[in-house]
Amino acid sequence: MVKSWFNRILPSFARAHKKDDKKSPVPQGLWQSCPNCKEILYGPDLEANLYVCMNCDHHIRIGARHRLTYLFDENKYSEISADTEAKDWLSFKDSKKYKDRLSEAKNKVEEKEALICAHGKLNSMDVVIAVFEFRFMGGSMGSVVGQKFVDAVNKAIELKAPFICFSTSGGARMQESLFSLFQMARTSAVLNKLKEEKIPYISVMTDPIYGGVSASLAMLGDINIAEPKAQVGFAGPRVIEDTVRVKLPEGFQKSEFLLEHGLIDMIVHRSEIKDTLYNLLSKLSSN
Amino acid sequence: MAYTYLEFEKPISDLESKIENLETSTKNENAVSKEISDISNQIEKTTKEIYSRLDIWQKVQVARHPHRPHFSDYIENIFTDFDELHGDRTFGDDRAIIGGLAKFKNMPVVLLGHEKGKNTEDKLNRNFGMAQPEGYRKAERLMKLAENFNLPLITFVDTPGAYPGIESEERGMSEAIAKNLSVLSNLKTRIIVIISGEGGSGGALAIGVGDHICMLEYSIYAVASPEACASIIWRDKSKANEAAKAMKVDAESLIKFGLIDEVISEPLGGAHRDLGGSCNLISDSIEKTLNDLNTQDIDEILKKRYEKIMSYGLV
Ligand SMILES: [Zn+2]
Repeated sequence: MVKSWFNRILPSFARAHKKDDKKSPVPQGLWQSCPNCKEILYGPDLEANLYVCMNCDHHIRIGARHRLTYLFDENKYSEISADTEAKDWLSFKDSKKYKDRLSEAKNKVEEKEALICAHGKLNSMDVVIAVFEFRFMGGSMGSVVGQKFVDAVNKAIELKAPFICFSTSGGARMQESLFSLFQMARTSAVLNKLKEEKIPYISVMTDPIYGGVSASLAMLGDINIAEPKAQVGFAGPRVIEDTVRVKLPEGFQKSEFLLEHGLIDMIVHRSEIKDTLYNLLSKLSSN
Repeated sequence: MAYTYLEFEKPISDLESKIENLETSTKNENAVSKEISDISNQIEKTTKEIYSRLDIWQKVQVARHPHRPHFSDYIENIFTDFDELHGDRTFGDDRAIIGGLAKFKNMPVVLLGHEKGKNTEDKLNRNFGMAQPEGYRKAERLMKLAENFNLPLITFVDTPGAYPGIESEERGMSEAIAKNLSVLSNLKTRIIVIISGEGGSGGALAIGVGDHICMLEYSIYAVASPEACASIIWRDKSKANEAAKAMKVDAESLIKFGLIDEVISEPLGGAHRDLGGSCNLISDSIEKTLNDLNTQDIDEILKKRYEKIMSYGLV
């Protein structure tokens, strides 16, 4: 059987795809299959191609820290509120304690929360960048994600530097209930301060974004950008299908759908994002 | 509609039916009236007992009680001279959200709130209080109206959540909600928010940011409805009871966390038992808050509102 043959010669990718407990931001190993077209891709080529499939141009999900390396000059940056850690306000417990879920996420992803914020240079321009880490509890926004976002925006104000956020998130973090819901207000409110200071904010939507993150900080960019075919919406497709009992149209909630419906300004390929950000920001910051 | 008793109210309904039987009995009139008065006392005692130790899931049931007063009841009984204002000027008029001008004790105010609907037809017409983007955009238009004419904004929150539909997504549900959060957080007028029934997810928060956030005693407020949370976290909708408890959706819990500013008491047995009494309690709270907010200048109010928003979940 073809599959078992691959399993033998391509053990790392096969295992990485079966288990979800992989530590690195992208499946490691010499070979990897594209989640979209299933083409087997050579690791170093894929890395050189910024984890965009060489066959079908699918933008493979990448980790937050990995993405930062594509953005900051020489991969040099200073992190903002790096040590802030989540708090279990509600002593929330389902089949597992929230506390335990947090420790598991920390061990698995080797990050302290689902948002990493940093400042540094992008094509020699001072910028502050926040990036969601989807592998950390689905990139969900709890109080510390909200707080780190606020800290990052305040840093941008302090430095008078443009602010960029790459979002990818399942939405609000259920385990913090109302604390989490209110982060939508908190992140939206702090962005008003940025506006008052006339500092630009570019929101970059990457696959996927739903719920509380979509309905707050991700939609509030002075300019909203999406990676190709990123899935972005308020309600998840399953919830919508259960409600309306109709099969969802092809391409529903994809970047191209958002562009067509006037919700984003542009779709930008991963290989062009850094220069596009620079070009847009240099125009907005010219005065 | 026949009166609906909740499951945990069975001891009360048993006593009520005893009274009904007595009222039709042919026994000596004095004896009957004595017995009825005894049972009435018992009913009050039993109701007090039951309602003094409701668990969170029981409170969820009261918040969703079929007879629970809705926004339209509060408009009629707390305010006067209501002029409903319709439409988002772009797409349509969403009847899941009612908005308009009214007077509160002769003071003009802007009102906004979810309306779940009264009977089957009304419920369908109002989409069970689940608004679409045009509902939130109508709300935004009226928020701006309040700001421009320096009128206090009073909102009533009662929704299971924003409507999850294909057209909602096409018309930018996320953007509509996000925009309102942004607008409310620095709207230059006084804002009072009252969670009167169910406060569910971003669809609730989109008219729920303000200077003074109150919850009625038996209302609930959470990041998602207990059913939605149960299906996401437990992968089982029937675990809504556990989800409601884990999320601590009740007013009593949420005020302890400092996430809300006031709990407005409800009459014995819940707001639906005594609409007039309930409206008086809400009205007193609004009056007190407005008097307090009116003594502060708007810059002070905006500063405090911003600090309040930033304090949510501050670690
Ligand atoms: Zn591919």
